[in-house]
Amino acid sequence: MELQIIWFVLWGVLWAVYFMLDGFVLGAGMLMNFIARNDAEKRVVINTFGPVWDGNEVWLVTAGGATFAAFPTTYALMFSYLYSALLILLFALIIRGVSFEFRGKMDGLGWKKGWDIAILVCSFLPALLFGVAFGNIFGGLAMDASGYHGSFIALLNPYGLLTGLLFVGLFLQHGALYLSVKTTGELKERAQRMAKMLWPIVLLIAVVFLAATAKFTLLYDNYYAHPALWAVPLLTALELIVVRIMLGRAKLLKAFAASCVTILLVFATALVGLFPNLIPSSLDTAASLTIYNSSSSPYTLGLMTMVALVFVPIVIAYKIWAYRIFREPVTVEEVTADDHAY
Amino acid sequence: MDVVELSRLQFAVTSMFHFIFVPLTLGLVLLVAWMETRYVRTGNEMYKRMTQFWGKLFLINFALGIVTGITLEFQFGMNWAEYSRYVGDIFGAPLAIEATVAFFLESVFIGIWAFGWDKVSKKVHLLCIWVVAIASSLSALWILLANGWMQNPVGYVLRNGRAEMVDFGAMFTNPYGVWKFYHTVVSCYTVGAFFVMGISAWHLLRGRQLEFFRTSFRMGAYFGLVTIALSLLTGDYQAEVVARYQPAKLAAMEAHWETGTNAGIHLLAWPDAEQERNVVEAAYVPGVLSYLAYRDFNAEVIGLNDIPREDRPPILPVFLSFRAMVGFGSLMVLVSVLAAFFAWRGTLEKQRLFLRLLIYFIPIPYLTIQLGWLVAEVGRQPWIVYGVMRTSEGVSTAISSTQVAVSLIAFTLLYSALGFIDIYLLIKFARKGPEEGPAAQPILKEA
Repeated sequence: MELQIIWFVLWGVLWAVYFMLDGFVLGAGMLMNFIARNDAEKRVVINTFGPVWDGNEVWLVTAGGATFAAFPTTYALMFSYLYSALLILLFALIIRGVSFEFRGKMDGLGWKKGWDIAILVCSFLPALLFGVAFGNIFGGLAMDASGYHGSFIALLNPYGLLTGLLFVGLFLQHGALYLSVKTTGELKERAQRMAKMLWPIVLLIAVVFLAATAKFTLLYDNYYAHPALWAVPLLTALELIVVRIMLGRAKLLKAFAASCVTILLVFATALVGLFPNLIPSSLDTAASLTIYNSSSSPYTLGLMTMVALVFVPIVIAYKIWAYRIFREPVTVEEVTADDHAY
Repeated sequence: MDVVELSRLQFAVTSMFHFIFVPLTLGLVLLVAWMETRYVRTGNEMYKRMTQFWGKLFLINFALGIVTGITLEFQFGMNWAEYSRYVGDIFGAPLAIEATVAFFLESVFIGIWAFGWDKVSKKVHLLCIWVVAIASSLSALWILLANGWMQNPVGYVLRNGRAEMVDFGAMFTNPYGVWKFYHTVVSCYTVGAFFVMGISAWHLLRGRQLEFFRTSFRMGAYFGLVTIALSLLTGDYQAEVVARYQPAKLAAMEAHWETGTNAGIHLLAWPDAEQERNVVEAAYVPGVLSYLAYRDFNAEVIGLNDIPREDRPPILPVFLSFRAMVGFGSLMVLVSVLAAFFAWRGTLEKQRLFLRLLIYFIPIPYLTIQLGWLVAEVGRQPWIVYGVMRTSEGVSTAISSTQVAVSLIAFTLLYSALGFIDIYLLIKFARKGPEEGPAAQPILKEA
């Protein structure tokens, strides 16, 4: 297989896994203030992902690094064209990260309340903005041979916002399912109810998104050309249904697992349509960035393939080990017995 | 200011801010790992309490290092798109490898360490902190190899309108990158040593938990002595590498204008870039510069006047930063020797003036390494890739000066606020000290 294709797949996998993993942290962060009724419960929520959130965020760093190493032209243009959006995203991720660390370090109602709001806002903004950014990439950026003709405001077009909404919805549901697995008692029940309430909303957004994709993007062209590919979005839809079925049977871990797969498949659906583009141009198809015209040299791609083949499985192995160590749900008793770092 | 200047300033602000937290991470983690090793070996509860007290300060500091690191990776693309496009084929690789090989290890194992006191065995817990210690230095290795490539580009050819990697081995063994790694990382370790000594001194002066802080101090002092010695040694080697690959930087560091053999340094000097000479010079020591650079008192050292004006770095800032770094570094050697001596003799508590000095000495290693960073990066100017690409050619074309001005102000405000809170919390928990006695709750448990 061509190295460029391998890296297109790896690139997609890195982003998809990032969304699968940080998705539940972003979702739980957005839900914290609504599901948790008091300080102890809020700390339970934070402690459910406390040991793993920064390991999850490294997938983003790796996705960024892989874009840089494998598709430098795409990295350069994507990051400079989306300057303002990425800036807000960065700020939100920075504040969210320190919120977890700082919140429990001082008493005083104002202090904690402030960080609670920070966690809410700074979990919502990345979810929305990642969606807006990828929505605009799916639809194509306003670029031609002379450069970029878009602006931050122009990114907030209906399709971009719809994709943002899809990300927010998926992550909310994902976070609710995660909390239903990782908490106990009333908190668990509330999370479960929340997931049930969110499911039809996610379904509705997904249907509108799929219809809008036909109008605003060329993502379906690959599907028309190779009808066998329809299996991917079909599986995605099935997975989303499995989420609801498992939720109905109170098989929460399975529902959460199905939600993980759903997020991976949503991204797969989009990337199958995007191929071989990384960032299509909405003005001039000749200016589109593809895996061929924006990739690194075969030498670099070969080297990076070796690195990925050796180290990514190792990373996955010790990450699974870490999740197993912290597989037990977090309880209010445990947190109030002062047993946690957050 | 234009986009180039604003972007440079923003990179300086964001990387120097990141470089406040990372050095303490690098140094303190080794000390904490050493403490926990002693705990596991001896079973002495005091070492457990030491691990948890210093570990708590480590974690408060660690969080900011992590979140501010993402900014740097994003910024290459956001502000330096032309640079990224031109060199991504070779420069992107070490960054991606750093994330895959080191950063994952660091952040997954720190999670297990911080939250896993009761969930994994003692030995596995100890292993976790050592993994974090090794991974954080490994992370520095890849970042500094990337930086080393900007300083001394190797293993590439200019092809297809960009720099393409042809020899990964050359990049991995780039003398500039390797020596910069050694010098930077051991210098960062000294930050951890002085941090532990300073806070221990504060408690010793108040007569609190004497055994606890005496032991902490002693460990910090011995660690400091070793690391400052290594910093000196590696700094000396790095100067040789600079002489070999970046004559303009070396000349600026020493305000050396005229090419000549048996080149010396003026102990007192004030360079003037306009007049192309030193307006003040005194106390000349001949041959020293030739010797430092080439290990030969008679070697020829190129002066600034033989380097075209447009290829010279800003001379005064590089010269002053270098002098100040060497000055503070020498002071650190002196203080380290004294600290280790008093700790060894067991007469520490009698040296009250010295202990008081050590509290105020905590910021000095921070300042010293920031000065070193300035020498390295301002001294690289006007190049973004030494001799290959000018900084002005690397900036993004799609961004406006207004955009960068806004982001620069926003970064400065946000980072100032976060830095302020972080330092406040560090001081708060440092002053609070560990819980009394071995029967008390471990520190991490009361968060």
